[in-house]
Amino acid sequence: MPEITREEVAHLADLARIDLSDAELDHLAPQLAVILESIASIREAAADDVPPTSHALPLTNVFREDVARPGLTAEQALSGAPEVELQRFSVPRILGEA
Amino acid sequence: MSDLTRRTAAELAEALASGDTSSVELTEAHLDRITYVDGEVHAFLHVDTDGVLAQARAADDRRAAGTPASGLDGVPIAVKDVLATQGLPTTCGSRILEGWVPPYDATVVQRLRRAGLPILGKTNMDEFAMGSSTEHSAYGPTHNPWDLDRIPGGSGGGSAAAVAAFEAPWAIGTDTGGSIRQPGAVTGTVGMKPTYGGVSRYGLIALANSLDQAGPVTRTVLDAALLHEVIGGHDPLDSTSIDQPLPDVVAAARHGADGDMTGVRVGVVKELTGEGYQVGVQARFDEAVQLLMEAGAEVVEVSCPSFVHALAAYYLILPAEASSNLARFDAMRYGLRVLPDGIDAPSAEEVMRATRDAGFGDEVKRRIILGTYALSSGYYDAYYGQAQKVRTLISRDFQAAFEQVDVLVSPTAPTTAFRLGEKLDDPVAMYLNDLATIPANLAGVPGISVPSGLAEEDGLPTGVQVLAPAMADDRVYRVGAALETLLTDRWGGPLLARAPELTGATA
Repeated sequence: MPEITREEVAHLADLARIDLSDAELDHLAPQLAVILESIASIREAAADDVPPTSHALPLTNVFREDVARPGLTAEQALSGAPEVELQRFSVPRILGEA
Repeated sequence: MSDLTRRTAAELAEALASGDTSSVELTEAHLDRITYVDGEVHAFLHVDTDGVLAQARAADDRRAAGTPASGLDGVPIAVKDVLATQGLPTTCGSRILEGWVPPYDATVVQRLRRAGLPILGKTNMDEFAMGSSTEHSAYGPTHNPWDLDRIPGGSGGGSAAAVAAFEAPWAIGTDTGGSIRQPGAVTGTVGMKPTYGGVSRYGLIALANSLDQAGPVTRTVLDAALLHEVIGGHDPLDSTSIDQPLPDVVAAARHGADGDMTGVRVGVVKELTGEGYQVGVQARFDEAVQLLMEAGAEVVEVSCPSFVHALAAYYLILPAEASSNLARFDAMRYGLRVLPDGIDAPSAEEVMRATRDAGFGDEVKRRIILGTYALSSGYYDAYYGQAQKVRTLISRDFQAAFEQVDVLVSPTAPTTAFRLGEKLDDPVAMYLNDLATIPANLAGVPGISVPSGLAEEDGLPTGVQVLAPAMADDRVYRVGAALETLLTDRWGGPLLARAPELTGATA
């Protein structure tokens, strides 16, 4: 059975940028262990020589003519923003304490 | 008024063309029905009363001028809340997008507008389409019109319930692992997942890009084909859109309605029957297969051995793609922004963490963490890499099967609608609902669910699923329409006529 500890779940939540409370960790960690157990058979399901599929239908790169097309106005693009300043997205500080 | 809401979309289009009704009249009839029953069904997250009436008036004006936008001009529709609608709230059933009003239309929505279909409103769904019961909506569950204590399926339970409860003639759903077909099965309605790439994903807020597909939610197979024709076809705004003409799905549905299956080879998927399927679901399925045989189909059993790994592969690929897609909800450009408690001048990262904790529900968190795990170094080959290989094996199983038969059939969902709350906090039990629908998404093939009757043990609807090779959507319409004809002849009318009357009590 694949193990996933509470500490690992806390680390993954950190990587995924979600603050989980202690109560949430207590609740989610055992559930994730059960989910992983239920899908564990996948590890033996395919031989080494099977190629992976990332997309159901074969994809080729799609190009278009390099011409300007109408897009959103600045007002439209900013219309759902939590905070706007000087016609820009206003964000909290992006650097940590020095 | 109520008789207008009972008619199919095709019948409403005819009534509009002949002048027997107006778009305003039938839009009002549906708005009245929504007012009457949606308190107890809760299929809608947002009803656009003023907007839909304005669009209906415009449709009537076009018809009066002799210039209808399409043959369906003026037939109203409901849209799942995962598709961007300019000027109408779009939440994906999540708190993190509460109140968001997109500045643009999804291509599917733009095509509905172009065809003149007034948009009644947005339908409820599991948060970001993660679920099989609509209970993971942040705005409360939708109730199954057949039994209000039961789930309407998911993630598109709102669209299916709206159509089953006669609140809308038809609706748009999206299907990543069965979210159109499974709600169809448990509400006694028709749900069609087109070939991957057959309907544009532009403006469809992504759950798992390589699996998501929008499609019709209707009461008849012909209506599904008519709607498919409106929304389908190449879109340069979606780089995975198929640049080829759609097959003639409407002609196929009309052809199939004659009920003649002579010469059609039908495969029953051995791995998608028997153990794990509720007795009444299996019985209705066996009957449907029998009817196809009596109608001239050549029926054989087909084995798709890798399908037993489909569920596991799906619950790795989907969370992996979802964890990456949902990274866009960073509290900076749209949606919720929550400042963490007890931190002066928090950083962008701290704000993002606090926002995602407050804005995402349990199931979304589970899947983001699972996807992050599956993609982390050390586990990537064992999980995500293996899942992608299984995807190859499943496609090969389909290929081999379609060398022997024209279509494959199975029950759509393993059980009838279960009770609200029953599986809410048991993710693995919830995931099993998608057992039969997932292989089609992994391989990109089209699939339709058609009502197959009521299970004897609980009197609730069951569905039969028809699958065809990629790009052969016309085949599922032909066989689906034949099944519909054969079954409704046997029942003496549509299955939904047997649904209990809703009383209009407020929930």
